[in-house]
Parts: sequence; structure tokens; C-alpha cells
Amino acid sequence: MSETIIIDGIVKEFPITRDNSIRVLHGIDLEIKTGELTYLIGESGSGKTTLISIVAGILYPTQGTVHVFGTDIYQLTDTELVNFRLDNIGFIFQQYNLIPTLTSAENAAVPLYAAGMGRKEGAERGRAILDKLNILDQAEKLPRQLSGGQQQRVTIARALIHEPRLVVCDEPTAALDAASGRRVMDLLREVALAPDRAVIIVTHDNRVFDLADRILEIEDGRITHDGKGLPDGH
Amino acid sequence: MGWIALRMLTGDRVKFIGLLFGVAFSTLLITQQLSIFVNLVMRGGVSVQEVATADIWVMDPATRTADATAPMPSTALERVRGVEGVAYASPLIRTGAVVRTPEGDLEPVNIVGVDDATLIGLPRNMAEGDRLSLLEPDAVFIDDVGARRLFPLDYDVVGTRLELNDQRAVIHGITDSIPTFTSTVILYTRYSNALRYAPGTRNRLSFVLVRSVEGIDAGEVAESIEAETGLKARTSTDFAREGIFFIIENTGIPFNFGITVLLGFVVGVAIVSLTFSLFIRDNIKQFGALKAIGVTNGRIRRMVAVQAGFVGLVGYGIGVLLAELFFVSFAALDTFKGFFMPWQIPLFAAVVVLIMILLTGFLALRNVLKTEPAEVFR
Repeated sequence: MSETIIIDGIVKEFPITRDNSIRVLHGIDLEIKTGELTYLIGESGSGKTTLISIVAGILYPTQGTVHVFGTDIYQLTDTELVNFRLDNIGFIFQQYNLIPTLTSAENAAVPLYAAGMGRKEGAERGRAILDKLNILDQAEKLPRQLSGGQQQRVTIARALIHEPRLVVCDEPTAALDAASGRRVMDLLREVALAPDRAVIIVTHDNRVFDLADRILEIEDGRITHDGKGLPDGH
Repeated sequence: MGWIALRMLTGDRVKFIGLLFGVAFSTLLITQQLSIFVNLVMRGGVSVQEVATADIWVMDPATRTADATAPMPSTALERVRGVEGVAYASPLIRTGAVVRTPEGDLEPVNIVGVDDATLIGLPRNMAEGDRLSLLEPDAVFIDDVGARRLFPLDYDVVGTRLELNDQRAVIHGITDSIPTFTSTVILYTRYSNALRYAPGTRNRLSFVLVRSVEGIDAGEVAESIEAETGLKARTSTDFAREGIFFIIENTGIPFNFGITVLLGFVVGVAIVSLTFSLFIRDNIKQFGALKAIGVTNGRIRRMVAVQAGFVGLVGYGIGVLLAELFFVSFAALDTFKGFFMPWQIPLFAAVVVLIMILLTGFLALRNVLKTEPAEVFR
């Protein structure tokens, strides 16, 4: 199985009227390797969220292909694509999107429940990963009883519990203060990064740029920088 | 994932209670109002159903119900007795009169004159007194609801003397019977007394109550009576049904109750669909996240179905329970005497709730299915 994610000629257009559309991505070619923490940075509206959505298999491109570890994901049927995401991709959202009425352990185990695991077994696995993330003492609490940083840790647990090979994070520190944001990113680097896993983080939080293995800058739907360091002007 | 759906649903207490209220209120309104309607119109047949011994009622062709009678000549009794298949036949008179109450008020009453010899025509049950005491001079029985209407509470009704169309009558017993549709006070007496209490035209006989010979179908005997006498003959079941349909056809009751039931449905749909839509909207991000993570649309459908089904089931249960509690609580009131909830009504309400839940569930589900998983990144 291929160890890379290959993005080839991705174009994305959104219709604005019946006859007109706006092109957000202009033929993006990329290869993302496992074992790397890849940052995707850029101004608001530059197309980074659109690109990460396409890479994660939740937004169909207008043109181009995305091979995730050898699978051309947009050649899969809808159900196959959903199952592919469940097996291979972990998500970390800016606004956490935890289920308010489930405990932290249960929230962490949602991908396992979606895969058909029983309630108790899932919660047990949830507690185990929360322990790994040092928030086992919060396992039985509801999201509203947690701080922002703790909620984001639960989200990280949810993204990793099923051991996906690709983790996509959308502004994981945007809702956190500087110290909490730094801790979450340190944690991500520590627990998410693995030799067989690729981690892509959309962010414009320059306080955490030093943690990246690779930084991609996107401007007006085109990759304008690709390297270990920051692009000029940052 | 079903339990997650239920936790999502019950975790939002306010909306969950709102949803239950919508379904329960609708169910209560439908079951309670329909039950009252059914029991009310069934009172159009109670005068017939109360007489257990007769299986055929014979009357003038112009008579429509037990309360809307056209008198026959007394010779009709003998003509009916001569028809093959008739085991025995007895006369019954139903006529109006006025009684003076102990307070001096005048109250219109119905007089039912039953056969002097056999007392056929009396209701099945007595609340107080002996049936044979009707054989006493000037004896009348009063129906229990009528007794409570005419006399004060704790009044010793039996033994009371009445002025009935200016003639003496003495109450010797109280019948235990379901009130008629008009709820008029009923005084039972012997046929001969009834003729005296309510003088009138030459023809006075209201009905001939017939018992058919055992083993012969009552319907066939009724046809024979019609063919041989020219009178109208109906089996008890058919005549009771005609009384019920008379009310349905000649009053605005079905229309009014129909409107109430329809309103119950509309209000229920409005409350449930609005609350369910709000609930779904509040949880749309979570549903979107679930879709992104890898929950299929089929599973999302099942989750919404579990939520809608649970609300429907619990709300329906509460509604039916409240309706039953209503009838139990008010059973002592004369207005609701003998009222019950026929099993068909909760079944009908269940179908209505199912339609309501399918409708609101479908509307809510559309929003969830339309949600693109990519929206969670926006």
C-alpha cells in the first residue's frame, strides 16, 4: 500500500448562479507523506479549508484525483467513501462538535460506535485513550463541564481512537488561548504523529508554526510555498 | 447508534418535553374527543339496548327511533303475535309528560309504559327497589340520573310521591341505566298506568317488543312481521344502530367533533414538527460531524427514526393514559355515565400519531440529509 497522499490537478468550483461559478482551487498538485506534521496556512478565503475537505473525502472536487494510501477516493461509491473515512481518517474540528449529551469517554468512542462497537466496550476504549491524553479524570464529564482545551483533547481522542492513517485538523487552536493552543499542538505532535500516519493541520496561528515538519501556503487557490520553514513575510 | 440518538434527544430537556407535550396533547385530544363522540352518539341506541328480553322491535312505519315515535293501534299487538316465529310479544309505550318536582318546578319527562303482566321493557338493572314493586298502584321507577337531577343529594327518593300530569305517582324504585341522548328524565310504569298518565289520541301503542322463537333468525322473523302486518320491524341491533345514525345524520355533532379531532392533529403536527426541526437544527453540527467521521446516511436515518419513534411512543402513551384517566376521574359524573374508550379509538390515534411522526420525521430528516459533511469545517 502506498504511504502517501497524492493530490493531482485538483480544481474546485462553487456555483454562484445557474450559469456562473467561482473557482476556489486552481489545479493543485501535492504529495503528503506519512510521519510528517503538515501545516496548511493562508489567509481566510484562500481555499485551505476547501482543500482539506477534498483531501479528507468530504467534498467532491470539480476536477482532479485524490489518492489516499493508494485508493482513488472519489472513484468510490458514496457508501464506500463513508466507510473509507471511518476506517482511515480522523477529524479534529475547530468548534469540537462533541455531542453535548455524551460523556467525554463516549464522545471519544464515537468512531468505534459508528463502526458497530458496543456501548460499554467503546466507553472503555474511550477511557483508555483519554488516559493517554492525560484527561482520564474528565472521562465521565459532559462537554459543557470541560474547558476549551479539555474539549479539544477529547476531540483529539475521538480523531485517534480508531487509529486512522490520516488525521485532518481544522484550526484546532482557534478557539483556545495561547497557552492552551500550544499545549494542544504539542499533544497533537506527540500522540498523532506516527511513522504510518499523515497529519494535516489547517491553521493561521503563527504561535505554533515551529512545530511543523512542512508548511504549505495557499493563496487564491494555488500553493505558493512548500517547505520546512515559513514563507517570506511571516 | 440508537442509544446515542436517544441521549441526544433526551439531553435537551426543554425540547424533549415540548415534543412529548405535542404528541401527548394531540393524542389526548383525539382519543378523548372521539371517545366522547362515540359514547354520545351511542346513547341514541341505549333505549333499545337496555331492554334485554326483546330481540325485535315492531313499530309504525313512520317511527324513526325509540324517541321519535308514531303511535299504532293497540290491535297491532295481536297481529304481531299471530306471525310465525314470534315466541311472545308485549306492548311498550313511550310518551312525554310533565312532572312537578319537590321544589315546585315543572320538569318534562319521558314515560315508558311496560307490559303489565311481564314487565318486559324495563332496563336490565335496578339501582334501588324491587322490580315487582312496579305492580303496586300508581308505582313508577325513575332512572338514576333523572333521580339525581330531580331531587337534592341524600334525598330519600324511593317512596316519594310525584304529581305526574296532575296525577298521583309514587316512586318505588330507581333503575340503573345509561342516560339517553337527550338526557330526559325517564319514569317507568306499567302500560295501563302510562295510558292514564299520558292521555292522548286513540292510537297509543309505540312499540311491540318481540322475542323470536329460539333457533329462528330474528332478522327473518322481522321480515315476516313486516310482510304480514305492514308494520316496520327491526332487530334490536339494527334498531339501536338506526338510533345512532339518526343522531349522526340529524345533528352537527359529528362535524363539531370532527373539527376538534382535526385541530388536535394539526396542532400536534405543528408543535411536533416545529420543535423537532429546532432540535435537529440545534444538533445539525453534530450530525454533520457524524457524517464526516463516517456515519452513513442510512444510520443517520435510523437515528432520526429512533428519536421520532421514541417521542411518538412515549407521547402517545402519555396521551392515552391521560384520556383514560379523564374517563376514570369523571366516571361518577352523570354526563359521562357509562362512558368508556373503545379499543378502536387508541388504535386510530396510534395511526394518526404514526402519520404525524412520519411527517415531522421526514421534514427533519431532509435537513439532516441535506447537510454536507464539509459544512463542519466552515
